[in-house]
Amino acid sequence: MSVLVYLENTGAQLKKSAFEAVSYAKAVADQINTNLIALSIGNADPSGLATLGNYGATKVLAVSNDQLNQFSNSAYASVIEQVAKQESADIVILVNTFNAKNLAPELALKLDAALINAVSSLPSIKGDLFSIKRAVFSGKAFAEVQVSSAKKVITLNPNTFEISSGDSSTVIEAFNAQVSDADLKYNVKETIKASNKVPLPEAEIVVSGGRGLKGPENWHLIEDLAVALGGVLACSKPVSDAGWRPHEEHVGQTGITISPNLYVAVGISGAIQHIAGVSSSKTIVAINKDADAPIFKVADYGIVGDALEVVPKLIEVIKQYKAKG
Amino acid sequence: MNILVCISNVPDTTTKVTFANNDTEFNTAGVQYILNPYDEIALSKAIELTEGGKGKVTVIHVGDVSTEPTIRKALATGADDAVRVNTSPIDGLFVAKQIAAYAKDKAFDMILTGRESIDYNNGQVAGFLGALLNIASVSVIKSLSIEGSTAVLEREIEGGKEVIGVNLPFIASCAEGVAEPRIPNMRGIMSARTKPLQVIEPVAEISPIKTIRFETPSAKSAARIFSADEADKLIEALHSEAKVL
Repeated sequence: MSVLVYLENTGAQLKKSAFEAVSYAKAVADQINTNLIALSIGNADPSGLATLGNYGATKVLAVSNDQLNQFSNSAYASVIEQVAKQESADIVILVNTFNAKNLAPELALKLDAALINAVSSLPSIKGDLFSIKRAVFSGKAFAEVQVSSAKKVITLNPNTFEISSGDSSTVIEAFNAQVSDADLKYNVKETIKASNKVPLPEAEIVVSGGRGLKGPENWHLIEDLAVALGGVLACSKPVSDAGWRPHEEHVGQTGITISPNLYVAVGISGAIQHIAGVSSSKTIVAINKDADAPIFKVADYGIVGDALEVVPKLIEVIKQYKAKG
Repeated sequence: MNILVCISNVPDTTTKVTFANNDTEFNTAGVQYILNPYDEIALSKAIELTEGGKGKVTVIHVGDVSTEPTIRKALATGADDAVRVNTSPIDGLFVAKQIAAYAKDKAFDMILTGRESIDYNNGQVAGFLGALLNIASVSVIKSLSIEGSTAVLEREIEGGKEVIGVNLPFIASCAEGVAEPRIPNMRGIMSARTKPLQVIEPVAEISPIKTIRFETPSAKSAARIFSADEADKLIEALHSEAKVL
């Protein structure tokens, strides 16, 4: 028996969420008194893989097969299945990324495992009873689900589990994966990265604008505030519907769900659908000229005032604060 | 071209979510149900690809008879016919197995779903369907175009997108950007009443996942409000109290 954690990498580097997943998977392995095995597919830097012992991996299996250079969901699911079977892994953990959304169902079916996606906390394991919480109703509630299958595939939301490290070594082994042509069900023509910015679901600081900004011509305020704080841009649905900002920035019930450490909502009233997408934020700051705006009911801190006047002052103060070092 | 669109029936986005029966069930009292917004996008794309005699759109829904108004809405939007599998949608794999049992001998060129339903946010049906039917499946696409017997899809990835070429038949789950959601017009609403809605019985399946309890997040204590001149106090609080700066 073992717990297996699958790691994604961006080029040679493991993502921050990979270390979160290893820490999480190690905690799960401890709960069931078993070992943690980590799996990397692609060309992750071996020195990065070697550090995984510090986060709890007893062994790291590295797969570097040319056919797997581009992500292909069925092929990756097949490889993870092969490793899970070799290691007798009853629990497989992945970070809840777009790749995971694409491969986890097939992986679960191949392993005859229950799939529980988008968790942000450890399961409760008492003998044969396994239960775990996940967000439902687009973040308006949690459901605790009991899982009765022997095997589980779990996807963990990024930025929800604290990385925990010690000082241990690990063993890196090559794993010779079998990939058949039938597993490569589509071809990747091109990968286009808009930028090297941290993607919203992984962001630790998010600065978001709503209709209170009055128009796209004022968005430099949001951009400057994001730069000052070191954060990523987001917006409310009316703003992306109006074409002021791209769909990719829309956070909310029918947009992206985020869980940053700090969420700054500027000129956003706080409609229930918007709150649903941001309620997992650890700290929420709201800036709105309406003291009765619903956003203040979920905010931890706020400033009542016109965004166009407040934001420049806030940016100044942040710059001074950061200059002090 | 024959397209199958999988739809779900969900509480509308303004719903205040509460639970009943000792927090073991979603409280449906007074809740308005709608066609899942992402499924509307998938349906609109399917109609766009088939209108003008270029093909046919079938919608399938796993749900009890109370969901039929939503299925009629999909017909009103422009689907040609509908199938309802007469059982509650227990979880993603259960729903996928019901749909696969129906679809496996029907030679659809494409099966489209929404990227996830806004009630349970699983987003698993497209992935499970691909594995059950042994057909290419791509989740969370932002655009789809057909060129003869192949499709070009843009799949969302962190910070960007991946352009994928895939042969028909394929399965995809649709996100914002694939199509503008269509609104049923008067003629659509009238014709929806007589378009075929076939009810079929489910295949027997069980799920290893059971919801034992729901929780609503506890209400937060009141926000600390600062005046616009106290921005420095806000930053100080974010640093020393919230520890996020």
